[in-house]
Amino acid sequence: MSEAQTTTHETIDEDRRDFIHIATAATAAAGAGALAYVFVDQMNAASDTKAASSLDVDVSKVPVGGEIRVLIGGKPFFVRHRTEAEIRAARNVDVSSLRDPQTDEERLVAMQDGAFKPAILVTSGSCTHLGCVPVGPAQGNTGDFGGWYCPCHGSHYDTSGRIRKGPAPTNLPVPDYRYVSPSVINITL
Amino acid sequence: MSGHPSNYEPQTGFTKWLDTRLPIVRLAYDSVVDFPTPKNLNYWYTFGGILAVCLATQILTGIVLAMHYTPTVDGAFASVERIMRDVPYGWLIRYIHANGASMFFLAVYIHMFRGLYYGSYKAPREVLWILGCVIFLLMMGTAFLGYVLPWGQMSYHGANVITGLIGALPLVGEGIQSWLMGGPSIGNQTLQRFFSLHYLLPFMIAGVVILHIWALHVPGNNNPTGVEARKDPEGLKKDTVPFHPYYTVKDGFAIVVFLLIFATFVFYMPNVLGHADNYIEADPLVTPAYIVPEWYLLPFYAILRAITFDIGPIDAKLLGVIAMFGSIAILFVLPWLDTSKVRSMRYRPVARQFFFGFVVASLLLGWCGASNPDDPIIPMGSDKLVVSYTDANGNEATQTYEEYGAAASFRDQKLDEGVEASMAVDKAPAFRFVHLAQLMTLYYFAYFLVILPLLGLREKPKDEPTSIHKAVLGNDRAAPAPAE
Repeated sequence: MSEAQTTTHETIDEDRRDFIHIATAATAAAGAGALAYVFVDQMNAASDTKAASSLDVDVSKVPVGGEIRVLIGGKPFFVRHRTEAEIRAARNVDVSSLRDPQTDEERLVAMQDGAFKPAILVTSGSCTHLGCVPVGPAQGNTGDFGGWYCPCHGSHYDTSGRIRKGPAPTNLPVPDYRYVSPSVINITL
Repeated sequence: MSGHPSNYEPQTGFTKWLDTRLPIVRLAYDSVVDFPTPKNLNYWYTFGGILAVCLATQILTGIVLAMHYTPTVDGAFASVERIMRDVPYGWLIRYIHANGASMFFLAVYIHMFRGLYYGSYKAPREVLWILGCVIFLLMMGTAFLGYVLPWGQMSYHGANVITGLIGALPLVGEGIQSWLMGGPSIGNQTLQRFFSLHYLLPFMIAGVVILHIWALHVPGNNNPTGVEARKDPEGLKKDTVPFHPYYTVKDGFAIVVFLLIFATFVFYMPNVLGHADNYIEADPLVTPAYIVPEWYLLPFYAILRAITFDIGPIDAKLLGVIAMFGSIAILFVLPWLDTSKVRSMRYRPVARQFFFGFVVASLLLGWCGASNPDDPIIPMGSDKLVVSYTDANGNEATQTYEEYGAAASFRDQKLDEGVEASMAVDKAPAFRFVHLAQLMTLYYFAYFLVILPLLGLREKPKDEPTSIHKAVLGNDRAAPAPAE
């Protein structure tokens, strides 16, 4: 600062300057944060995307031994009508030997009267390894355990959708669903 | 080298006027005309220029494609077909763009191997190397995003696999995954943001390229001897030549040869590097039998799949993701892993063997990435069919067959008897692709984490030449004047 300037401002209030610096920086940081929040949050699911997250499925239309595949919010789900042999196979397993131990019963949802309908199995349709859609009875390959086979990295699921072989870490998750009537289920994401 | 005196002298009134206001011509002159460049650069050093051409090609063709492309799940696939069939020369521009991505990666891999061989990452070029790694990461991101846009089967399911990798991270993974996808799955909103980002990233690459060139021009080029050009004016004059015309012409020639190869792909085999499944429109309910990424990502894909075992609390899936990202992250710290003071592998005969091993490992990883991990490379015995059955008394038994027909008729015969019977394949032991991938992944990491750190301390390098000039001419005398 030149001589002339220091004489016109005889004292410099350092505290006042510090306050102004800190207040300015804090305001700028808060503004940047508020702006960043908007720009980050806009990437999250939009309201219409969230709204399309539930579907009624008529399970009586699924042929025995077959399955239907439904998309909810772009996510695939399997609704399978199991044969007696498939149900038996799912139940005659030593649960403690499984990678992700779950009994077949734990993977079903009771109807409104509290009874189970073991013929209908509902699972997520994305392999828990890396999200491929496993193939099943309709594609002619049910893997070594009669359930599903993921062609991407060779995960085998049994007739209860449990992981039996291959790289997937967990069973095919059972989605959030309930029986609206004995023949209609409502699946939500 | 920056800091070398500027020899630019504006000749015309306009350039003199401009030079005192915006010395942009001076900048260009000092950077690409008068820039002192080691006189022994070989053709491996032309890939920087080739890569600049690749980036320009991708941006130019990409801007044009964006004029005709529709980023919606209903319109994307059709709009790409429209580009191929209806837009004048759309097929050519799209094939240049699609093959250009492959050519870009081909060039960048050669460029990176060259840097590894001649030790171009060592002091004082660490920042230059790291910026290059940033460009490589951005390129991979851009390529991934771009591959989603045609909305074919590979686009969709490849994107599913890659976003699934992020979902594998503990605690925050699934949150980040759905944030990236903008919903529970890959859908219209995902395609739109991927399109937007695919348009953005090349310009970020261009920005980092400017930093990369800046960081190159501070210490100047490395060269095949790894010996720095001398700084004194006399030595500098002997060790270097001006960039123009010596390297503009050399780079130009290499670019022309490269473009010939590029054109061969575009005109004669435009789809050979792509995947046929991507000409099927995306269907979330049908996963293609083999999801493979584009060839340039295969080695990293192989590393991802090579990890089939858990270590402690970390499961195989997360470990694979860590290994894959780690294989790229490790490049960033390479300047501090290699302990050798000698830059060029020309003078490191032992390290050179390991380097060629590394190139082979990278190529083999690519082969593993393209193959089914369970397929045998060296079979030991043949696969057998095992029929298991439980007879009426509850006794379990198995029968083994080598032929399908015999096994099937045995099973059917059992089924006729009302017995539960099933048939499974008993795979013979074999050396499989997954095993090769595991070995090569081990070598990949060992090269950076064990071999380079230890070798620099233990090996005995050959004598380096005292100067570039000496390496080229064998003595330090001035070259004889050319005959008139």
